[in-house]
Amino acid sequence: MIAEAGHFALILGLVIAFVQGTFPLFGASRNNYGLMALATSSAHAQFFAVSLSFLCLMYSFLISDFSVVNVALNSHTLKPLIYKITGVWGSHEGSMLLWVTILALFGIAVAIFGNNLPDTLKARVLAIQGLIGSAFIGFILLTSNPFNRLDPAPAQGNGLNPILQDPGLAFHPPFLYLGYVGFSVAFAFAVAALIEGRVDPPWARWVRPWTLAAWCSLTIGIALGSWWAYYELGWGGWWFWDPVENASFIPWLLGTALLHSAIVVEKRDALQSWTIFLAILTFSSALLGTFLVRSGILTSVHAFATDPERGIFILLLFVLITGGSLFLYAMRGPVLKGGGLFSPISREGALVLNNLLLTTSAAVVLLGTLYPLLLDAVGGGKVSVGPPFFNATFVPLMVPVLLCCTIAGMMTWKRADLHGVLQRLRVVALTAVIVTLVVTWLQGTKEILPAMALGVAAWLIIGSTVQIAERIGLFKISLMGSLKRASGMPRAAWGMAIAHGALGIFVIGVTASSAWKIEMIQLMKPGEIILVDDYKITFLGTANIKGPNYSGIQGQFEVNVGGDVITMLKPEKRRYQAERSETTEAAILTTLKGDLYGVLGEESGTGAWSTRFYFNPLVSWIWAGALLMAIGGLISLTDRRLRVGAPKLASKPISHAAK
Amino acid sequence: MPRNKVSFISLLPLGCLFALSILLGFYLWQLGSGQKSLEELPSALIDKPVPTFNLPPIVGEGVGLSEKDLGGRVSLVNVWASWCLPCRVEHKVLMKIADTGVPIFGINYKDTPEAAARFLKNLGNPFRAVGADRTGQTAIDWGVYGYPETFVVNKSGRIKYRHVGPLTEDDLNNQILPLIRRLQ
Repeated sequence: MIAEAGHFALILGLVIAFVQGTFPLFGASRNNYGLMALATSSAHAQFFAVSLSFLCLMYSFLISDFSVVNVALNSHTLKPLIYKITGVWGSHEGSMLLWVTILALFGIAVAIFGNNLPDTLKARVLAIQGLIGSAFIGFILLTSNPFNRLDPAPAQGNGLNPILQDPGLAFHPPFLYLGYVGFSVAFAFAVAALIEGRVDPPWARWVRPWTLAAWCSLTIGIALGSWWAYYELGWGGWWFWDPVENASFIPWLLGTALLHSAIVVEKRDALQSWTIFLAILTFSSALLGTFLVRSGILTSVHAFATDPERGIFILLLFVLITGGSLFLYAMRGPVLKGGGLFSPISREGALVLNNLLLTTSAAVVLLGTLYPLLLDAVGGGKVSVGPPFFNATFVPLMVPVLLCCTIAGMMTWKRADLHGVLQRLRVVALTAVIVTLVVTWLQGTKEILPAMALGVAAWLIIGSTVQIAERIGLFKISLMGSLKRASGMPRAAWGMAIAHGALGIFVIGVTASSAWKIEMIQLMKPGEIILVDDYKITFLGTANIKGPNYSGIQGQFEVNVGGDVITMLKPEKRRYQAERSETTEAAILTTLKGDLYGVLGEESGTGAWSTRFYFNPLVSWIWAGALLMAIGGLISLTDRRLRVGAPKLASKPISHAAK
Repeated sequence: MPRNKVSFISLLPLGCLFALSILLGFYLWQLGSGQKSLEELPSALIDKPVPTFNLPPIVGEGVGLSEKDLGGRVSLVNVWASWCLPCRVEHKVLMKIADTGVPIFGINYKDTPEAAARFLKNLGNPFRAVGADRTGQTAIDWGVYGYPETFVVNKSGRIKYRHVGPLTEDDLNNQILPLIRRLQ
């Protein structure tokens, strides 16, 4: 009964989304306010219908209603409550339903927070969202209905893939989708602007918060995924250039470029056409990612169901949405001309360079992901592109991006004095060089690259700090005066400095954990001792354990530093009965200087166990950096000029130029 | 509304999109109609002699590998890399095969000598001999597209079977070992 209600609510959602996608568009072109107002009310109604449908599916999971195919295939009565809830999006059908629910959520958010938008723009933005919504709800209803019944109902379900029964991965999809789908708002704004033929600074000011929010979510989503890969896959790696990882990384790179180019539209009334193009590309890459992951066209460590029919359907949606918007762009793009001129050496110039490098790197990642596939399609045979390709192409593109971050932050708009900027950066550059030299000296000259990477990290972190110090006049005026300036400094400037500094923290984590990792793999009998870095690890033995829906073996390792027992590491091997599969649970001791990471392997038959221990220096800085980047984005989101109901400042632009 | 002439440049993205979509759609159709499969070896290589190759060893590890080492007895050829996560997953299965006495030869794909040597030292070395394919050319000749991949080569040096992805215990017991027994 509840499942049917959910199915019906979804059909209702489709009808409402279609109404939202058509009448307001017509109304906007005829200046019919009644039809335009339909956009807001139908965005509300669509959200209620779709989220009701989502809750119905969740309810079916909670009560373990195995007469619903999706629940029977993906749930089990013994599964802990939290994974009954997250199991809703553990399957293809459920995750697509989550996708449209989040889309409807963004729809209602634009309807509520967009009160200061011009009527036609608001109607058109919501209409585009409605069209995307109807396309994807239609896709679910036609090919992936999560409410299909099973008769007779089995007594027990198949359970959820144990690898998904994990807090890190449970919340990875919602954040990822908040990012993917969030970019649909920027996309809808771009298409609406193309229809209206007008892109101005207020437009950019409306687009930016949505892009920022989506970008923050995507950053957190990707970080969660990589953190999960780190502790769950049991090899201590955190990024594998896996096609599915790449599918989420490409929108992130393009979204980052979009964030930066939207600033130029807002502050300097330039780069309109490019920004529109980027908004289209960003959302399109999210759609392409959905297609690649959902069609099963990629082979990957992430195993998803292969179903060519679904693939064709999503491909068709991708072509319609991207093709339609690019066609509109080809027709109307040339109309969008900006007024703001600038010299190449200026903040705009630096942001253009940032955009070129970020989009190029997105293209490189896309090429590496699709090339094997396309070559095979035209009969060119099967090839593989592995991490060596990405390391050789992506890293060199990122180095100038990182170097420019700090310089751009110090430049002025329109025309900057490069010489002056470099002079102000003398201290920063000197620190970076000293860091590089000291690290090289400590390491010996064998490996110069890690030392240089740490130099770049210092450049970013010290650069951001100096930037803030300069703006608040630290040590130049009184401390109270500095604090006053600090609190008066625009949040966007804080956000920028924090996010750029966070990038430096991220670089440190990546460098240290890959260059100075210690790996020990051995057979151990109870009582044996190994040394990893400063840690003395004693194998005490194993114990049998039993969880709610699994049983397993736990290894017990005592960790000693300088004669004191500091902790016990208890890595596990779990066997999930219902799903008949095994997982390894690494035991991790996280400290400031790095992670001690232990994995229990197989028993050799002679009482000895294969064990693996890693010391990953500063590895948690990777996720700390990513999280801090997202926090920087959120701080920027609270900037006065973006706040809901803030007085319109279009007539008197606030000066944010770094002076 | 001002009407501008549509320039070639602004149509370019649209063209790229359509080219990409047609290729993707075509590929999807090939997968759907069974003409191509993500799992199978293109039939061209089955029953053919192994491609000619001559690979140097991983620095400091043995003598390398060429097609002359294969044949004369049933053997396995495994393509692996230290950076490849599934390769590590299947490693214990390879060690088991090595214990049965069936010779396994390794092609080490696009790896650094240090990392590859460390991998073998830490996890154990199931290979009779390993050739280092630094450029990836040999892997292409073998038609390898995913890592790891394992080939079964018969006594006369012809490829009889190809397995894409990590070998599991199930694959070993139900596919590989029965096939090897049959070929012997």
